[in-house]
Amino acid sequence: MKTKEKKPKRVKFNEEHLHRPKPQMTWRNIWLQRELIIMSVPLLLYMIFFRYVPITGWAMAFQNYKPAIRNVWDQEWVGFANFQNLLNMNTLYGQTFLRSVRNTFGQSILSMVLGFVCAIGLSLLLNEVRSVGFKRIIQNLSYMPHFLSWIIATGMIATALSLPQSGGFINIVLHDWLGILKEPIAFLNHPKYFWGIVAGGQLWKSLGWNTIIYLAAMTAIDPQLYEAAEIDGANRWRKMWHITLPSIKATIVILLIMSTGYMLESGFEIQYFLGAGVNKEVAENIDIFILRYGIQLRAQFHLGTVAGIMKTIVAIFFVASANWLAKILGSERLV
Amino acid sequence: MSEKKIKFKQVKIKREDGTVVLVNKRRANLSLENVVFTTLNTSFLIILAAVMVYPMLNVLAVSFNEAVDTTRGGIYLWPRAWTLRNYEIVLNMPTILTAFYVSVARLIVTVITNLIPTTMLAYVLSRRHYLFNKPITIVFVVTMYFNAGMIPNYIFMQQLGLLNTFTVYWLPGMISAFNLIVIRTYIRSLSESLIESAKIDGASEFRIFAQIVTPLCMPVLATITLFVAVGSWNDWFTNFLYNPGAAHLTTLQFELQKLLSNTASAGGAAAAATQAAQAGFGQQVTPMSIRSTITVVTALPILVVYPFLQRYFVNGLMLGGVKE
Repeated sequence: MKTKEKKPKRVKFNEEHLHRPKPQMTWRNIWLQRELIIMSVPLLLYMIFFRYVPITGWAMAFQNYKPAIRNVWDQEWVGFANFQNLLNMNTLYGQTFLRSVRNTFGQSILSMVLGFVCAIGLSLLLNEVRSVGFKRIIQNLSYMPHFLSWIIATGMIATALSLPQSGGFINIVLHDWLGILKEPIAFLNHPKYFWGIVAGGQLWKSLGWNTIIYLAAMTAIDPQLYEAAEIDGANRWRKMWHITLPSIKATIVILLIMSTGYMLESGFEIQYFLGAGVNKEVAENIDIFILRYGIQLRAQFHLGTVAGIMKTIVAIFFVASANWLAKILGSERLV
Repeated sequence: MSEKKIKFKQVKIKREDGTVVLVNKRRANLSLENVVFTTLNTSFLIILAAVMVYPMLNVLAVSFNEAVDTTRGGIYLWPRAWTLRNYEIVLNMPTILTAFYVSVARLIVTVITNLIPTTMLAYVLSRRHYLFNKPITIVFVVTMYFNAGMIPNYIFMQQLGLLNTFTVYWLPGMISAFNLIVIRTYIRSLSESLIESAKIDGASEFRIFAQIVTPLCMPVLATITLFVAVGSWNDWFTNFLYNPGAAHLTTLQFELQKLLSNTASAGGAAAAATQAAQAGFGQQVTPMSIRSTITVVTALPILVVYPFLQRYFVNGLMLGGVKE
C-alpha cells in the first residue's frame, strides 16, 4: 500500500511518531501487541473464510460439474474443455458467451465515453454559475437519481421510453410537443436503440454525482489565472478552454484510467429487465450470461464459473494496466 | 437596482512589465457576451435539472391521482383527481407490509454489523507500529478487485445452508475493504498525541478505540453509515440470487421489481389489483397506479432523509477521493 505520505496537505501526522522505527517481529513484541491482534485476527479469518474460501469453487471450471454429487473433489475432471467450449464460435454456449463479451464492452465503452464527456461538460457549466444558491439547487437536484435503486430507475426509464399513452414523456416531448418525430417510437422494441438506452440511463443516474470530483478540482484553481486571462481579453469560453479544462486534466486522466478497471462491469438490472424479448441479443452481458446459463436455465455451474474466471482475469489485467499507466503518467498509484 | 449594487469593485493587477491595470469587475460581467452566456447557461441548467427530476415527480403525481382517471393520460407534474386511495390499497397489501419490515430489519442489522467491525479493524490498521499491518491490509484490499464470482459464491452459500435465510443479507458482506480504507485514512489524520496520552494513562487498545477514536470519527462514520444504509435499502440482487424462494424474507425492492417486470403480461400488478379488488376496493385499482405508489413507498425513505444528509453524502465521495 502506497498511501498518503505524498500528500501532506490533507493528512497531518505527528512527525515524531512517523519516524519511530517499526518494532521487530519478535515473540515479545507480538505479546505486547496482543490486544491489537485480538481485535484484528478474527476479522481477518472472517474475511478469508467468506472471500477466499469460495475461490476453491474455481475447481468447477475444470470439471463436468453435477450438482447431485455433493463433494467437489469427486466430480469428473475435464481439463480445459469448458474454456474451449466457451471460446468456440461454433458451439451454442460459445456463441452466446462471445456475444455477451461483445455486449459488455459495447455497453461500457459507450456509457463511459458519454458519461465522461457529459460530466466534464456539466461541471464546466456549473463552474461558470455565479449565484451560489442557484448552483447548489441544480447540483442537489442532479444528485437525486444517484440514490434511487436500479429497480426504481429501470421502472422510470421504461416508462419514459414507452408510448405517449403509457406516459412516455420522451415521445410526448419529441412527437406531441416539438414534432421532431413523425411517429412515436416504442424505443424498447428496437434493438438498435438498446445500448444507447443503457448509456442514457446510466448517464441520468450518475451525471450529477460524477460532477462532484471535477467541481472540487475546479475550486483549487488559482483565481489569478482567470484575472490575468481577463486582462488579456479572454472571454468565458476561452477561459473555460484554456484555464479550467487544463487545470483539471490530472483529475480527468486519473478518473479515466480508474474507470477502465471497471470496464467489465457494464451494469446488471437495466440490461436484465429491459433486455428481454427482442433486445436479448444486444442486452445480455457477461453477468447475465453467468446467471442465465450458469444458474437459471440449465444449471451449467461449470460454464458459469469459467465465464466468471475469465471475467476476473481480464478485469485484473485492466486494473493492473491502469495502475501501471497512472504510474507512468506520474500520478499516484491507485492501490 | 439599489445604489450600493452599482458601486463597482475594482481590482488592481500588476503585469509583468510593471504596468498596473484597473479592472472593473461588475462592468466586465455586464458585457453583452456575458449576459448572453449567463442566460443561455442558466436556461440550459434549468432544463437539464427539470428533465432529470421529471420522472420522479411524475411517479409522485400518478401515485396521488385516482387510478381510473390516470388511464386517460395527461398526468405530468400534478395530480388531476387527488386521492390517497392508492396508498391505502398498497399499505394494506400483506406482501408489501412484510417486505417493508424485512427491508427495515435488514437495514438496521446491516448497519450495525458493518460499522462496528469495520471501524475496529480500521483503528487497528491505523496503528503504524502494528506488526501485521501490511499482510492484513493486503488481504482486504485484494478483495476490492478480486472476487470468486457469482457461481462459486452461490455454491458456497448453498453449502453453508445460507440460502433462503435472513443471515445471508448481512453476514457475507460485513466488511467492505473500501470503507475500511476510508476510515483508516481518517483515523491516521487524527492527532497521534491523544492516543499516546491515553496509552500512557494505561488505557487498553480496545478502550482507546471505543472511547477516544470512535467519537472523533463521527463525521466519517456518519457518511459511511449513510452509504451502507442506502446500499442495503437499494440492494435487490442478494435477495434475487440467494433468497428468491422465501416469501417471508423478500425485501421491498424485490416486491417492487416483481410488480414492475410483469406489466406487459399484466401479471404481477394485475394480480395485486385483483388482490385489492377482492379486498373490497372494486374497480379503483390499475397496475400503473399500484406500480407508481409502490415506487414512491420504496424511494421515500431515501428521498426524505436526502435533503438533510446531503452534505454527508458528498463528504463521503471526497473522503473516498483521499485514497486515490
